[in-house]
Amino acid sequence: MNRDVAIVAFGQTDHLRRSDELSEVEMLMPVLHEVLAATGLRTGDIGFTCSGSSDYLAGRAFSFTMALDGVGAWPPISESHVETDGAWALYEAWVKLQTGDADTALVYAYGKSSPGSVRDVLTRQLDPYYLAPLWPDSVALAALQAQALIDAGATDEQDLAAVAARSRDAAAGNPHAQLRGPVPHGDYLVRPLRTGDCPPIGDGAAAVVLAAGERAGELCGRPAWIRGIDHRIEAHGLGVRDLTDSPSTRLAAERAGAFARPVDTAELHAPFTAQEVVLRGALRLGDDVTVNPSGGALAANPVMAAGLIRLGEAAARIHRGASDRALAHATSGPCLQQNLVAVLEGDPR
Amino acid sequence: MLRAPLVVEFPFTRSLGPVQSAFLTGLRERTVLGVRTTDGKVLVPPVEYDPATADELRDLVEVAPTGTVTTWAWNPGPRRGQPLTKPFAWVLVRLDGADTALLHALDVPGPDAVRTGTRVRIRWAATRTGAITDIACFERDQSSSGVTGRHARPHSGRFAAQEGPVTGIVAQARLDYTYSPGRAQSQYIRALAGHRTVGERCPDCRKVYVPPRGACPTCGVATTEQVEVGPRGTVTTFCIVNIKARNAGNAAIDVPYVYAHIALDSADLALHARIAGIPYDQVRMGLRVEPVWSDDARFPDHYRPTGEPDADYDTYKELL
Ligand SMILES: [Zn+2]
Repeated sequence: MNRDVAIVAFGQTDHLRRSDELSEVEMLMPVLHEVLAATGLRTGDIGFTCSGSSDYLAGRAFSFTMALDGVGAWPPISESHVETDGAWALYEAWVKLQTGDADTALVYAYGKSSPGSVRDVLTRQLDPYYLAPLWPDSVALAALQAQALIDAGATDEQDLAAVAARSRDAAAGNPHAQLRGPVPHGDYLVRPLRTGDCPPIGDGAAAVVLAAGERAGELCGRPAWIRGIDHRIEAHGLGVRDLTDSPSTRLAAERAGAFARPVDTAELHAPFTAQEVVLRGALRLGDDVTVNPSGGALAANPVMAAGLIRLGEAAARIHRGASDRALAHATSGPCLQQNLVAVLEGDPR
Repeated sequence: MLRAPLVVEFPFTRSLGPVQSAFLTGLRERTVLGVRTTDGKVLVPPVEYDPATADELRDLVEVAPTGTVTTWAWNPGPRRGQPLTKPFAWVLVRLDGADTALLHALDVPGPDAVRTGTRVRIRWAATRTGAITDIACFERDQSSSGVTGRHARPHSGRFAAQEGPVTGIVAQARLDYTYSPGRAQSQYIRALAGHRTVGERCPDCRKVYVPPRGACPTCGVATTEQVEVGPRGTVTTFCIVNIKARNAGNAAIDVPYVYAHIALDSADLALHARIAGIPYDQVRMGLRVEPVWSDDARFPDHYRPTGEPDADYDTYKELL
């Protein structure tokens, strides 16, 4: 049987277009201190630490080792790193807690998109034989998916504009978001996607604390229990996939138990408007579900942290009693290539 | 804030499996190969293993150089490395005879000239090397209808060309950044410009870090108090370099030379630098050294002996 594990604290930076005055560790440290202070834990109390970031964003090899200074990693701590979104670092930490080797875990993620050109940087994660030599950028690939969805009659440009507007409206209540309130739908960046359909480019970091069993109740008034968590992947070739659907999201949601009972909230990691349409369909979310009350990735998209932030935002709503059962989703790769789904619940009030 | 351009550039060299090798060799010979799965589907571009069943796939077939657009996106601003330098459409194309689609560029004058369902054909590159870029792009094809249903034909995967099969690819990668080192390191670099070495002290454990990175790795807290250290220091350990690293900055340096860890006076972390002004085989632990600055340098060119007596081992043993 699974051990009960909960998210007991969440923190994030303000997400900004540039953060030249801060190194990665300088940007990250206040968030680490925030989640530690929220739980009363000190760095030495943490059983396992796991992070997510990307050397290609930083432009330097082993860039994550510098960030480790911020967690007091010397003398050596039990630590790991994933070269992808921090949501997968949370998954690894959850597994570690399942083994019983640790009772608490610190999970963090950060990304600075400002030093490079993130559209070009993300081409380097693609198939090196058939895709990478063509340098198809992240917006172009998302646009191919959006057009497929429009051709299938599942959405149109007006619908997409409404997704964008609703996200940035919601973000008006999120002081950390980069785009808040009305944002013009704008010109085509890569048609059919307009600038308003695309996420802001920026820098940011986030952290959560996980705790198992009774420890969770000691550290948090209302822990966000992870009732299920799973991640799945689509076929490697874009031209093999049906870009209008996300079977891997649906499978991960099934395995996480998302369909057992309705959720009241969903935090979806959809950097592009059309991807929210795909995810709503795959997850069979009804109109009664509050989707992305934080504004989602369309309001703040610190690459490598934006997925972890979905889990953190969903948990924070449970912490403050705004949700009882929430779904959190994270994605990585082109056109929703890999997808993670977690179901979070608060104890009855 | 300090900023500097940073270019990351590398050739990405990869070997090919038998199916990818046949496909890329085929492109060089202006032939498009796919692979047939155990349930009869034809995958183009082909893969070595079935994405659904994980079966090993080796059953090569030839498909047509013509096909149908399955989705598209108009790119008004081509970026470096992309197939065309003028505005073009990204397309997924299902070639006649294939069941899956291939990503490439379509050369059309504007977004009104492309739709899902548009018939297209391959425009081959003039020079072909066995790469996906041997397809220069696609262009519209008014002559073929596609409805006649051209089928995939078996193919051996072998070609008569003298060059032999393509066995690998070299994909050039280049990414441009503007690097900024953040608060602590900016202050360190600024001080160096004035020939001073400035570290930062941890408010908890009181250790002084040089160069400062903004955080104490033991306490996990921000370091903010600046402390000038050195300029003199002690060699804590060293190595003798017999083969020069390939770097233009090393051109004037003769081998063998000594590279050392140096604990600057009042610093709690050793930094590293080259030692000169002493025969390489006389450098030793405990040697007292000082920086040598060349006129306009932003960091010491090297460190040289001060002539002081060697430091006692106990004074630097914690810094090894
Ligand atoms: Zn300290």
